[in-house]
Amino acid sequence: MGQVSVAPDVSPVEVKPESVEEVSAVTEPDVPWVTIVHNDPVNLMSYVTYVFQTYFGYSKDKAHKLMLDVHHKGRAVVSSGTREEMERDVQAMHGYGLWATMSQDRT
Amino acid sequence: MAGQFEPVPGGGAAVALDEVEISILRSLAVQLLELIGPGPGGADGAEDPLADLFAEGPSEPPTDPVLQRLFPDAYGDPEAVPDDQLKEYSAEFRRFTENDLRAGKRENALAMVRSLDVLTAGGDTDAVLKLSVDESRQWLGSLNDLRLALAARLDVIADEDTDLLYRLPDSDPRKPMVMAYLWLGGLQETLVETLMA
Repeated sequence: MGQVSVAPDVSPVEVKPESVEEVSAVTEPDVPWVTIVHNDPVNLMSYVTYVFQTYFGYSKDKAHKLMLDVHHKGRAVVSSGTREEMERDVQAMHGYGLWATMSQDRT
Repeated sequence: MAGQFEPVPGGGAAVALDEVEISILRSLAVQLLELIGPGPGGADGAEDPLADLFAEGPSEPPTDPVLQRLFPDAYGDPEAVPDDQLKEYSAEFRRFTENDLRAGKRENALAMVRSLDVLTAGGDTDAVLKLSVDESRQWLGSLNDLRLALAARLDVIADEDTDLLYRLPDSDPRKPMVMAYLWLGGLQETLVETLMA
């Protein structure tokens, strides 16, 4: 086995901006938000199912079905609620390494 | 390298690792730790814990592709260009979550290094790594982060890219990294099975 490296060729430079802008209020407060998990070629199907069961407490069947939706349709809505709740869910998904975003459900 | 975790009766998981495998795992975990960084206050040990608690994370996405994948934007369709408001939401989310997310990933990678450091393997003798259920969860997260990191380095973006990895000729310079990526996949797959049993 040869050398394996995940380190970058050059040191990353992260710029921290000086100003902190106020974020405007949500325009449609009554419309629920959703957490969307996106497909990626790295996360194992078993791992994604495990995360849905462990974090959301979904049954094995529901977790498995959501995982298949992510895999075959490219994305799946995995939870819905207030904006704050969805920020917690998205943060948790990022913690597990799943690729998640949130948006206001206008469907 | 046929690394496979097996469930331990009563909970937890075990895998036999040789000297080379231990050294590769440790080296990858340490590189991931270096990439994630020491967090607010730095590594000098003189930080104020209270200041750390209220320290804001960055607003901008990281520049390194591995860190971009580990800490993606929270708002916006990945296939569309986000408008200014979505960018602002993502920046705010990043300020309030990225430090915690980095700390969590750091903890998991450190747990991996710690359990490898107490192993002794040499010559023809494999060491047996035994993980509690809690350690298994940390290893699971870290194995996943390492696979995301290697995949980002290997430009694995679509499902088809993974198929290509299996067909790389031995002469390809990416081969060692690909071998590591696939080996970590086997470790992670068998570890998650022990947790779902």
